[in-house]
Amino acid sequence: MEEIVKVKNKRGVRVIPGFGLSLGVTLSMLGCFVLIPLASIFLSAGRLEFSEFAAVVTSRQVMAGYRVSLSCAFWAALINTVFGMGLAWVLVRYDFPGRRLMDGIIELPFALPTAVAGISLTSLYSDQGWIGAYFAKRGITIAYTRIGITIAMIFVGIPFVVRSVQPVLEKLDGQYEEAAAMLGAGRGYTFLRVVLPEMFPALITGFGLAFSRGIGEYGSVVFIAGNIPYETQIAPLLIMEKLEQYKYTDATAIALVLLLLSFIMMLIMNSIQISMQRFTRNL
Amino acid sequence: MAVGKRNTNPIVKYVLIFVSGLFLFVMLVLPLIVVVVNALKDGWTVYRQSITDIYAIKALGLTLLASVSAVAVNTVFGLFASYLLSKFYFRGRQVLAALIDIPFSISPVIAGLVFILTFGNIGWMGGFLKAHHIKIVFAVPGVILATIFVTFPFVFRELFPVMNAYGKDEEEAAALMGAKGFTIFRKITFPHVKWALLYGMILCGARAMGEFGAVSVISGHLRGKTNTLPLHVEILCNEFNTTAAFAVSSLLVLLSTLILAARSLAEWKKKKRGGN
Repeated sequence: MEEIVKVKNKRGVRVIPGFGLSLGVTLSMLGCFVLIPLASIFLSAGRLEFSEFAAVVTSRQVMAGYRVSLSCAFWAALINTVFGMGLAWVLVRYDFPGRRLMDGIIELPFALPTAVAGISLTSLYSDQGWIGAYFAKRGITIAYTRIGITIAMIFVGIPFVVRSVQPVLEKLDGQYEEAAAMLGAGRGYTFLRVVLPEMFPALITGFGLAFSRGIGEYGSVVFIAGNIPYETQIAPLLIMEKLEQYKYTDATAIALVLLLLSFIMMLIMNSIQISMQRFTRNL
Repeated sequence: MAVGKRNTNPIVKYVLIFVSGLFLFVMLVLPLIVVVVNALKDGWTVYRQSITDIYAIKALGLTLLASVSAVAVNTVFGLFASYLLSKFYFRGRQVLAALIDIPFSISPVIAGLVFILTFGNIGWMGGFLKAHHIKIVFAVPGVILATIFVTFPFVFRELFPVMNAYGKDEEEAAALMGAKGFTIFRKITFPHVKWALLYGMILCGARAMGEFGAVSVISGHLRGKTNTLPLHVEILCNEFNTTAAFAVSSLLVLLSTLILAARSLAEWKKKKRGGN
């Protein structure tokens, strides 16, 4: 635990100037742009009858929407965790021509507009697309199915796991692995027992971030999804649909459930991390 | 930092590099190539027509307006907030940091919904706005606000770790030697975070230009008035004018690649200065 150094001298006065100003600006901007608009969603929800709320969020279409969003996001985040781990390892531990290019390209899902990603992924994986055609010949359709949704979610989530694990790997002290090697452990065993536990919290964080991003993502996914009710409708699309029909209360209800799910997800991730920390601190 | 003389199995190394490279190529590079190829499919004239179309240009204008506003507002916020959270200790620090991160983690569609619920006709501010003939939802101000919201934490997220890592010692020393607030910021805090600030602004701008979900909800899709470039792409797609859609997208791809390059440069400069 780091020491908390008090910044006030004995008379209780802060040494560094500017506290009042920065607190004022920060709080007012945060309130104006973020908190007050956000409060509206709870205000609106408060106006809903609970039975109305329950009817909307448990209707078959909406439940199917949650199912699609949650399951596709889960698989996408899982695949991203596996490949992200490999990518982080390759970028930190090895040196090879094009390494910096690889490192830069990983930021692409952050820099590329989601709509552009959406249409180009759709084109690529459609039955006439470069990759889609190859699979279509074998009878597998990718675009407009859940597989397509998962692929789009993988795309948007790539940076999260890699960027979470990279700093951990970079700071990892080599002496633990050297000690393990000197005690006779093979490379695989060393990886499993020494390196992986250190990476685990970062992997969990990355997984959680990729998962949340997958659930909430709209632009990249909505083009390739096809939006067939009960089959490939993602939750954000359902919210959008309700909004287009001016059914604001319905949209609010669905959005609330989604927010709740993300919040629960965050809690689960945090508690896994805390219990992991007890593990790895026993070094 | 590579661990010195480990006996790295070269086969494992090359397989991993190859698999990772292939994964990145298929997932990231191919889509880029698809955009460019599809944009030029019908020839150069059609391409030129699509990107000089009046609606495309107006959409570009709105995108730039919203992005510049978002970067400006969020940079101001980012500077103040990261200064506050890294140099001062007070109760509720963690809560504040968590609150700032909220726009980063909620779905863009929900972000748009939130603004409709606040400023729309059914929103609690709706009556007030109507009485003063101020239109926010389904108009340009709404688009700008939604873009600001969605990219709110971006500059902060880049600045804060750097400022936090440097700690308060230098600023305290300067204050004790009699320097005033702005001087401390200008001569001590700012030079440390120059490159992080630039990178944060670039990232914020990129995200702002690409924002789709939130803006889609709040914009009303009025061609020539409240359409941003990504929304224009969607309209073209819905009209099955795919070549034009990809042509306009290629502009955005170009912008993104420039941003990535600028980002790599900023990152390299940051590392050169001896960042952690």
